[in-house]
Amino acid sequence: MTVEELRKDFPILENHPEVIYFDSAATSQRPRQVTDAVRDFYETANANPLRGLYEWSTEATARYEAARAHVARFIGAASPEQIVFTRNTTESVNLVAYTYGLANLKPGDEIALSVTEHHSNILPWQMVRDRTGARLVWLEPDGEGILTDAEIEEKIGERTKLVAIGQVSNVLGVTHPVARMIERAHAMGARVMVDGAQAAPHMPVNVSELNADFYAFSGHKLLGPMGIGALYVKQEVLENLPPFLTGGEMIEYVTRESATWAELPHRFEAGTVNAAGAAGLDAALTYLERVGFPFIREQEEKLTKRLMGRLASMPYIRVFGSGDPAKHAGIVTFTMEGVHPHDIASVLNEDHICIRAGHHCAQPLMQFLGVGSTARASLYFYNTEEEVDRFADALTGVREVMGYGA
Amino acid sequence: MELKQLYREIVNEHNLHPTHRGIMADPTIVLRGVNPSCGDDINLQLKIENGMIADAMFDGSGCAISQASVDMMIDGIIGKSREEAIALAGKFMGMIRGEGSEEDLEALDEAAALQDVAHMPARVKCAVLGWHTMEEALESFHG
Repeated sequence: MTVEELRKDFPILENHPEVIYFDSAATSQRPRQVTDAVRDFYETANANPLRGLYEWSTEATARYEAARAHVARFIGAASPEQIVFTRNTTESVNLVAYTYGLANLKPGDEIALSVTEHHSNILPWQMVRDRTGARLVWLEPDGEGILTDAEIEEKIGERTKLVAIGQVSNVLGVTHPVARMIERAHAMGARVMVDGAQAAPHMPVNVSELNADFYAFSGHKLLGPMGIGALYVKQEVLENLPPFLTGGEMIEYVTRESATWAELPHRFEAGTVNAAGAAGLDAALTYLERVGFPFIREQEEKLTKRLMGRLASMPYIRVFGSGDPAKHAGIVTFTMEGVHPHDIASVLNEDHICIRAGHHCAQPLMQFLGVGSTARASLYFYNTEEEVDRFADALTGVREVMGYGA
Repeated sequence: MELKQLYREIVNEHNLHPTHRGIMADPTIVLRGVNPSCGDDINLQLKIENGMIADAMFDGSGCAISQASVDMMIDGIIGKSREEAIALAGKFMGMIRGEGSEEDLEALDEAAALQDVAHMPARVKCAVLGWHTMEEALESFHG
């Protein structure tokens, strides 16, 4: 198996060899197998799942539930009923905040979160703070961008009721010691919400071994369709969780004045579900498993090492996070002296290179790093060394275009 | 104009060697303009004498397009009346929406170089920051 062979599965990459896509941390590209699975759902099994009494609906239900079982296996959950399908990680975190958070937090309680968090794992907790009187406590990373044991001991304490942590930072690419944090949180009687949006595409995840209480990831960052994500909830927590959205498909029995809830996890999936998206996610996980995380990791590390090596030879470039390419999950965030990140991205676009520039939905981290915005190249296993070289050459060109000589 | 050419021929000069960057000793109006999503952040200082913009300066930071756009704008509004300056801002916004007439482009002079930003939705906010700030400053001024 080579990258060149795998790239043939990605029509958008095959059809546009001139484009370098270095924005996979925002959303990955999808192989044909995923779009085929979505199309196949609509062309051969399209019906409203979970309620029909005819074959198409039964088949739609079967594909939807098969996807749920696959997600459970993929992240090491004990049972498919612990997997709730959502639109994405943002919705998953909101679900936890609006249900578990509002029902369990009280004045004086603390929610511990890292300054490296994406806004989607910050704003729901600000809402919980405002409505319950709980307090936010911020963990700050070391020079590499990683939370230290000392910081974890200091900030996760007896008043902590909930810890919200992104396993991999979407800006620095570093992996936080989530297992260590969960152990500490549990010892203090707190629950832990893990945002796995940037971790699940790059490394094997086992929520049972981690002993996480909540774990969320998005389909679209790991080759799946947009609009389908998954939330794992530990059984003992799930059973006592109040419903989030209410309406169709999530009920058992409804009268004019009251309702009882459907069995788990359907209780948390109100309205017609995204079954086609789930079928696509199922195919994405199959594809990832075939490629395998050892291959993914090796390719990402090779590319990241090459990229960081090229950047290190440019004195006007500052790279954030660890100096070790193995600690980047394919994410390389940087600034260029004298050139605003938006100008970098606009000029690179002229060379058909796609990167992200801005605050990456992580403004508290930007403030912590003391920068207004940064540029981010994020690689995945389908990128090549040739693309890295073309990107690095184009970056030196950006300096010239912006008036700093060749 | 192709974007790289736009930078090389116009934007860089105003971004790297702006004519009007600095702090004015006795401005009549000072207004801060910010694009929170990209971090463009300027302080526009206007000196108004007898209803005319006698002088203008800016300081702050941001992308080259935002900074160059303010510098070019100031070139165009010094010596103009409050009403003329607001009208010019209207022409600039129109151009960025892709609706500028030949006369508008002529009136905008060098700032008309940014007309192709109309095709770059992500950069529109950068280009109009200075103009928006100026409009807001003048509309709230009743001196």
